[in-house]
Amino acid sequence: MPKAHAPRQAPIRVLIAKPGLDGHDRGAKVVARALRDAGMEVIYAGLRQTPEEIVRAALEEDVDLIGLSILSGAHMALFPRILALLKEQGGQTIPVFAGGIIPDEDARRLKKAGIRAIFGPGTSLEEIVTTAQSLARRSA
Amino acid sequence: MTGAVARLPAAARAIVDGDRRVLARTITAVENGDPSADRVVRSLYARSGAAPVVGITGPLGVGKSSLVNALVGRLRALGQTVGVVGVDPSSPFTGGSVLGDRIRLERRADDTGVFFRSMASRGAAGGVAAATREVSRLLDAAGFDVILVETVGSGQVDVAIRDIASTSIVVVVPHLGDEVQTLKAGLFEIADIFCVNKVDLPGAELAKRDLAELVTLGGRPSGWAPPIVGTSAIEPTVGIDDLWNDVLAHEKFLDDSGERSQGERRRLSSEIVGLARDRIGRELMERLRQDPALRRLLDDVVARRIDPRTAADRLVRHRRRTP
Repeated sequence: MPKAHAPRQAPIRVLIAKPGLDGHDRGAKVVARALRDAGMEVIYAGLRQTPEEIVRAALEEDVDLIGLSILSGAHMALFPRILALLKEQGGQTIPVFAGGIIPDEDARRLKKAGIRAIFGPGTSLEEIVTTAQSLARRSA
Repeated sequence: MTGAVARLPAAARAIVDGDRRVLARTITAVENGDPSADRVVRSLYARSGAAPVVGITGPLGVGKSSLVNALVGRLRALGQTVGVVGVDPSSPFTGGSVLGDRIRLERRADDTGVFFRSMASRGAAGGVAAATREVSRLLDAAGFDVILVETVGSGQVDVAIRDIASTSIVVVVPHLGDEVQTLKAGLFEIADIFCVNKVDLPGAELAKRDLAELVTLGGRPSGWAPPIVGTSAIEPTVGIDDLWNDVLAHEKFLDDSGERSQGERRRLSSEIVGLARDRIGRELMERLRQDPALRRLLDDVVARRIDPRTAADRLVRHRRRTP
C-alpha cells in the first residue's frame, strides 16, 4: 500500500551547482530552498565546481535538470564547456538553466548555445520554479 | 550459476560491465518503483554479497559526510573502489528535499573508482529510504569493492541501517550528552563500531570514556565488543586508518564467528516478509476499493455497526475464499 504522503509521480531531481571561483552562494541556496519547497529533490553540489565535476554529478545523480549559479563573470567560458561535456558524455537531453549576473548580450549567446533559461537579479522565485518544472517535464 | 551470465537482461549486463549511466538510470527506476527495473534487480541479486556494506549513522551535524569522504580517500589510497549512497530527509510537507551529502565529497571528477549517489528518504522512517537496500546491492553487483551508506541524521530510534549494513558505525561528537544517553535503547545498541568524531574538540576524552564504560556493561549478544575510535575527518585527518581497520576486524569477526550468515538470514527474512507484506497489502487495499461486498463492509465500519478487527477478519477470509 503506498504511503499517504508518497508523491504520486516521481519527484523532479535537480542539481544546483556553482561553477567557477566566486564564493557567493546565497542565490543558489535561496533557489535550492524554493525548488525543495516545490517538491523537488535538490542535489546541492556547492561552491567552486569545475565543469567536469558538475557533469559527473549530474550523470551519477541522474538528474532531470541542472541549475547553475554564477556571479564571477566567467559564464562565457564555463557554461559552453559544461554543455560540451554533457553532450560528450550522453547527457545532452538534460536541460540547463542559469542564474546570476549575466549581461543581456551574453544571455542571448548562451541561450543560442543551449542554456534553456537565464534568470537575472530580481526574478521571482515563482518564475524560477515554474520554468524549472516545465523544463524538467518537457525533457522527461 | 551456470547460464546466468547469458540470461542477464541488457541493462544488467551493462551495469556489470561498468556502464555508469545505465547504473545511474537503474537506480532512479528502483527509487521510483518503476517496473522497468524489476528484471534487472532480480537478475543482479546473485552477483551481490561480495562487498562489505558499511553504514555510517549518527545524529545530524556529527560529520558523517566528512567521514564518508575521508573513508573514500583512504579506500582509494588502498586501491579499493567505492560505491556510496548518501540519504537525506524528504519534507513530510512537500516531499521535496535538499540532498547535501555530496558537498563534502572531494574533487574526484576523473576517478571512475568512486560512484556517489544522493537519495531522499521519501517518507521512509528509520534513517534510510525504501530503495536504499536494493540500490546498495546494485552498487555491489556493479563491482564496487566497498559500499558505504550514509543515513539521514539519525534520532534515537533510527536503526534501519542495521537491516542493510554488514558493519554499522555510530558516529558521535563530544558533548552530545552524559553517559545516561549511551544507556538508552535504540541507536547505541546497533553500533558495531563507535566513532567519536571531531576528536580535537574538548570533551572528546570524556565521550570516549563514557562509550568505553557502555561497552564494558556488556557488548553485543554476538560477543563482539564494539571498539571506540576517535577521528577527525577534515585535513589533516586523524584516526581514519584505525576506523577502517576496525571495519575490517568486524567483517572478519562476522566470518569467523558465523555471525555473517546468521545476520544475513535475519536481514533477508525481514526483507522477504516486507516485500510480501507490501504486495498483499496493496492487493487487500484494491479489494476493499473494488469489491462491492467489501465496500459495504467498510460502510458498516464507518457507521460503527462493525468494528475494524472483525472487518479485518472478514477481509482475510474473503482473500482466502477468492484468491
